[in-house]
Amino acid sequence: MKQILRKIAALIITLFLVSLLAFLAFQVIPGDPTTKLLGTEATPEARAALRSQLGLDRPVLARYFAWLAGVLRGDFGESYSYHMPVWDMLSDKLPLTGLLTGLSFLFTLLLSIPLGVLAGSIRSRALDNLFAALDQVVMSVPPFFIGMLACWLFGLVLRLFSPGAFVSYEDSWTGCLAYLVFPALSIALPRTAMTVKLLRGAIRQEMEQDYIRTARSRGGSRARQLLWHALPNALIPVITFMAVSLAEIMTASIIIEQVFTVPGIGRLLLASISNRDFPVAQAIVVLLAAWIVLVNFAADLLYQLADPRIRLR
Amino acid sequence: MKYRSLAIFLAAVVLMCSLCGCGGTTSETPAPSDEIAPSSPAAPVNEITVGIAQDLDDSLDPYQMTAAGTREVMFNVFEGLVKPDSDGNFVCAVASGANVSDDGLTYTFPLREGVVFHNGAACTADDVLYSFETCAATSVTSALVTALSAAHVSAEGNTVTVTLDAPNPDFLSYVSSVYIVPRDYADQATAPVGTGPFKYVSRSVQENVILEKNGDYYGTPASLDRVTYRIFEDNNALFTALNGGALDLVAHLTIDQVNNLTNGYKVEEGTMNLVQALYLNNAVAPFDDVRVRQALCYAVDVPAMMELTAEGHGTRVGSSMYPAFGKYFDPSLADAYPHDVEKAKELLTQAGYPDGFSFTITVPSNYGPHVDTALVLAEQLKEAGITAQVQQVDWNTWLTDVYGARNFETTVSGFDASSLTASAMLARWVSDNGKNMINYSNPDYDAAYALAQDPSLSEAEQTEQYMRCLEILSETAANVYTQDLADFVAINPALEGFTFYPLYVIDMSLLHFAA
Repeated sequence: MKQILRKIAALIITLFLVSLLAFLAFQVIPGDPTTKLLGTEATPEARAALRSQLGLDRPVLARYFAWLAGVLRGDFGESYSYHMPVWDMLSDKLPLTGLLTGLSFLFTLLLSIPLGVLAGSIRSRALDNLFAALDQVVMSVPPFFIGMLACWLFGLVLRLFSPGAFVSYEDSWTGCLAYLVFPALSIALPRTAMTVKLLRGAIRQEMEQDYIRTARSRGGSRARQLLWHALPNALIPVITFMAVSLAEIMTASIIIEQVFTVPGIGRLLLASISNRDFPVAQAIVVLLAAWIVLVNFAADLLYQLADPRIRLR
Repeated sequence: MKYRSLAIFLAAVVLMCSLCGCGGTTSETPAPSDEIAPSSPAAPVNEITVGIAQDLDDSLDPYQMTAAGTREVMFNVFEGLVKPDSDGNFVCAVASGANVSDDGLTYTFPLREGVVFHNGAACTADDVLYSFETCAATSVTSALVTALSAAHVSAEGNTVTVTLDAPNPDFLSYVSSVYIVPRDYADQATAPVGTGPFKYVSRSVQENVILEKNGDYYGTPASLDRVTYRIFEDNNALFTALNGGALDLVAHLTIDQVNNLTNGYKVEEGTMNLVQALYLNNAVAPFDDVRVRQALCYAVDVPAMMELTAEGHGTRVGSSMYPAFGKYFDPSLADAYPHDVEKAKELLTQAGYPDGFSFTITVPSNYGPHVDTALVLAEQLKEAGITAQVQQVDWNTWLTDVYGARNFETTVSGFDASSLTASAMLARWVSDNGKNMINYSNPDYDAAYALAQDPSLSEAEQTEQYMRCLEILSETAANVYTQDLADFVAINPALEGFTFYPLYVIDMSLLHFAA
């Protein structure tokens, strides 16, 4: 209990620091939101008036604490560009990025465990090396490149989907899911390769343990040794790795959203930074940070649950 | 270990072979075009999807819109008393006529009967008065505010009268920019209401903008029932979607994209209606010396640059005016500085730079054609001993530092006209103009420009003065003028009626599916 409280305190402090740093970073990058809002034709007076209307003429720290007070009341402010409440914009996009993240995670899980067991059970040295090499190649290709290949191969050549013809989940859940399959696979493939490598190594290690020798001496089949005895133990490091993966999948989806034109949080983040739409960018950065911290927290807890030998202090 | 490296090598070979194999297949069997056309005439879905490269992420209020991309779309929603047509003439819109008194001081606009706003309210003289007042008070276009401040608008019955303090030959163009909106409607920024052939339906951030046919339109109604603008801020994604047939129309493509298009779409070529140049900060050494600026003009080879970057498409310009302006555009100015490296070196020697000099070209990184131009020009300048470094910055940084603070040496960029008037192109180079980004300062230019504003001049005399301004810009090599970029539009072959405008707009009401 005490440990969980300590974790929560750390979470709050982390979020506070991240939000402060993000806020300061947006002050440092060149460019002024009023340039975008008023265009190139406006008078300096109009620009100054808008700056004071947006509160940009106040000191940085005063603005930060005003923002923080708003967030604590659940008010993320209003977008400079769209004249809409930031939270409305986010709540529109979050389900989509959530769906993409979830789907990618599901694919990683479904692909990597069977493949990992398969890789762990290969006995032929040549085959094992080939598998390892392939795995290494897939692992090293960044998701956005896989995404571009997928757009070209499955979209333009094989015509399995129409790139750019995104279907909103508000119109059709199935259509949206179908469109997200290839983006999700592009994210899942490198993660799968990493998980397979980890699982393969873990199974190899477990298979050399004394308890497997005992299992073997009792006459259990090799499949039973693998799946019944070795796999549960080999999965312990994989579980935590997968939990941390959730954080990375979310960040990978930011890039993949650009490639497949999925109008999620990632596209909103990039657009708001180039527009200097600080209220939106700030909210997204803080949300992403919260997600990463929470996922790591969950990974710690899972690790303990999965392996009774470990007790965090 | 030996085996492992061998395996990696083999895997790499397999991967390479498969990639090469894939590449081979496409070049041998190009996708047949008839398979891809998304809307065949047999399925009468009377709507189209247009791909655009930027979101409508500014205010949608007609007086607060700033982005060219936003104006391009909202042109279909808003109208003034008059509106420009594709030849650059002004035709009646909300007004049924436009009469100018002989002294050029009084404009009378009888309002058209039966004009209805998209929200169902009838358009009255009261709404027109409100629109003029609001536009004059809040518009972000300073030239428009200035023009309106010298105008007094009144209404009598169904006729609106505008009285000017002094004649203004460009006034009708400003009238066309005063979009007519309903009085006291407060949600223009997010749910705009106008009188145009299309009405605004919805905007989904970074996803799409939807317009629908205005069934109550007074004029020839639009043929299309619905236009969905899909937003692609990534150029590759936009092109993939176009080539895959998910889009019916995409404008502003580059020649490379056109060459890679394999889906059988028709491609129309127009011009971007802007003046691209290597803009020089005339206040910064060595560009404060006219000989240095002229040397730069001689040192670059514009036709070669256009050949390299756009296979020769585009139109050369020699001053701050693009061809769509017709009467002000003088094509001969483009030949004022033929490519002549020796002459460039000679001028540099006279100016005190016998060994050349080095400088920076700051380019907005989101405009591919400007970046390409900058890179080729930098390469060409080497021949004359001049070293140019190309620095790419993001658009907002460019606006703030280069355009706003004038903190730059040179930049490749494009200037367009906010209205169809010569002053929209030329006012900015007057010495004390707030938008004189290059700090151009020339008393002859200022005098010629001031003379052109004289109300007693005939139209021909005024045109002559504007032409004089353009010549002065060329003679003094204010900038290294390059071109009006080619603008390629890819269109679903079933769609007809696409028309280029001399402004940065696409008129959706003219598009229709072939019968």
